Amino acid sequence: MIVYLLCFILFLTGLYGVITRRNLVKIVISLSIMEFSLFLFLALIGYVHGGTVPIVDPANPDVKYVDPLPQAMVLTAIVIGLATTAMLMSVIIRIYRKYKTLDIREIKNLRG
Amino acid sequence: MMNPLIPLFVAVPLAGAFLTMILGKFFRNLNKYIGLLVLLFLAVISFYSIITTSGNVSTYRVGGWEPVNGIPIGIYMVMDSLAAILLCIINTIGVLALFYSFSYISQYTSENYFYSLFSLMVAGMNGVVLSGDLFNIFVFLEVAAISSYALVAFGVEREQLEATFKYQVLGGLASLLILFGIGFIYWKAKTLNIADIRAALGTTSERTHYLMVQMLLLAGFGLKAAIIPFHAWLPDAHSSAPSPISAMLSGVLIKAAGIYVIIRLFFNMFIISEEIAILITTLGALSMAVGVFLAIGQWDIKRLLAYHSISQMGYVVMSAGIGMILIARGTRPEVASLAIAGGLFHLINHAAFKSLLFLNAGAIEYRVGTRNLKEMGGLSEFMPVTSSTSFAASMAISGIPPFNGFFSKLIIIIAAVMAKFYLLALLAVIVSIITLASFMKFQRYAFHNKEMHNNETKPKEVPFPMVFSMVTLGLLCLLLSLMVLPQLRDLILKPATDILMNSQMYISPILGM
Repeated sequence: MIVYLLCFILFLTGLYGVITRRNLVKIVISLSIMEFSLFLFLALIGYVHGGTVPIVDPANPDVKYVDPLPQAMVLTAIVIGLATTAMLMSVIIRIYRKYKTLDIREIKNLRG
Repeated sequence: MMNPLIPLFVAVPLAGAFLTMILGKFFRNLNKYIGLLVLLFLAVISFYSIITTSGNVSTYRVGGWEPVNGIPIGIYMVMDSLAAILLCIINTIGVLALFYSFSYISQYTSENYFYSLFSLMVAGMNGVVLSGDLFNIFVFLEVAAISSYALVAFGVEREQLEATFKYQVLGGLASLLILFGIGFIYWKAKTLNIADIRAALGTTSERTHYLMVQMLLLAGFGLKAAIIPFHAWLPDAHSSAPSPISAMLSGVLIKAAGIYVIIRLFFNMFIISEEIAILITTLGALSMAVGVFLAIGQWDIKRLLAYHSISQMGYVVMSAGIGMILIARGTRPEVASLAIAGGLFHLINHAAFKSLLFLNAGAIEYRVGTRNLKEMGGLSEFMPVTSSTSFAASMAISGIPPFNGFFSKLIIIIAAVMAKFYLLALLAVIVSIITLASFMKFQRYAFHNKEMHNNETKPKEVPFPMVFSMVTLGLLCLLLSLMVLPQLRDLILKPATDILMNSQMYISPILGM
């Protein structure tokens, strides 16, 4: 149970970072922290105590396997997370060229 | 029943996106025609699907994995009448917006990227609508979302970059909440197939666990759909994007990625509980009222339209919520189905008139070079087509007969009165009147206010592709009113409502029971 709680605390740490940080790069890092806490959570869901690699062996059918589906989900989610992070970082580079700052308080053309 | 058309909805635009990038490098102008051909083909097969689907549910198993012991394994794609309606909206608005961008997007560089990203976004939205399991909804949602992040930033100026950053951070947060919810569901139900989850939910009584999941999913998809407490990104993103993309985002993306998924999951996957139903109704009523009040003070045309999107989506969410409350109470199913049908009808209508309004705003920006209402005036003399189509759309969104918006709002208000939610009905009427006032302001300042107009510049009417798209959508605003006729209603709205009312109709063909 404690590991699930730690996952949740990691998620909340990331959320806290997204809300309070003023630097754009730090916001993206916080978003990544949230993402990784979720990957951990998904990997934990598939864990079976004493389970082995899920390759079915017809010779002994009584072996316990870990659940492979969450692992596949984590792999897909990591690829998607990579794409979003790359996209965000490239936008940040462009923003820095236009505004000459990474402080979110200085970037406020859109209002109302 | 295997339906071979289903994978085409995702595969064709994906292939189109790659072909645009590769072939567009070598041949000038080929990128446009590939995009147009892809979307025309999709529009045709989506209309074919809506006619043939009515009432029956067909599936496609990716990779041909058959169910084992009655348990579905592998990826299912499901076509039912609700999905067919959404596919029609996506691909029709898509083809018109793409044809419009033939002239509009020539003011930007790197058109190849534009057409490629456009096809990718359509592929993602088609995937979300057709997907039969939760994780694939997430994957296709991200495909649509990432391409829309790039398209919002297409101008790479200060405003666009700021808007896309805000949109990406909140969109990323939404995706994480959705993934969290999916993880929780898999933890208990040990399946990702929507129909199978419903079957598993029917046997368990762990209501508190699923209450948490419902909250996570409602927050995640609410962020994607910009329901009121989660709306902060929408006015920035939708007003900064190039106009055909604003039309796609406001007209289609928030429906396919937000409202559709909320409706599908909360009606067909979860067992409807009254608390959640009341919460959804409240959120809908709140976005209806707050959205329109935020829109009054706007002087930037596209910002004004973006706030009206929030308000009009509130109507859809509210009527779906009224339907859920009545289903949860188990009383008066005919009123519940009327409310849901009104919501779906308004969803279709909103796609038509809001895309048209954004295309009008784009046409004004293309010729006059400003989006500020105070700096324009007297345009009806110079741009008669833009003026008349935007008049049609403004009347449709404010609910003036004989335009389509009147009938859908009427159905929603009648359903609210019949369900004895008099306050909500009154609120819907008041919001509609304020919407009318706000659009009278738009019409007056943009098209009729002659004193404000300086006669030095005489803007011409926009080129043919833009005129064609606007006129077609303007005609759609009128023709969609015909959906109140019983024949069309039975063909299109009624099967979709039936599927939402009775989830057994959705799950039994998929599980093969």
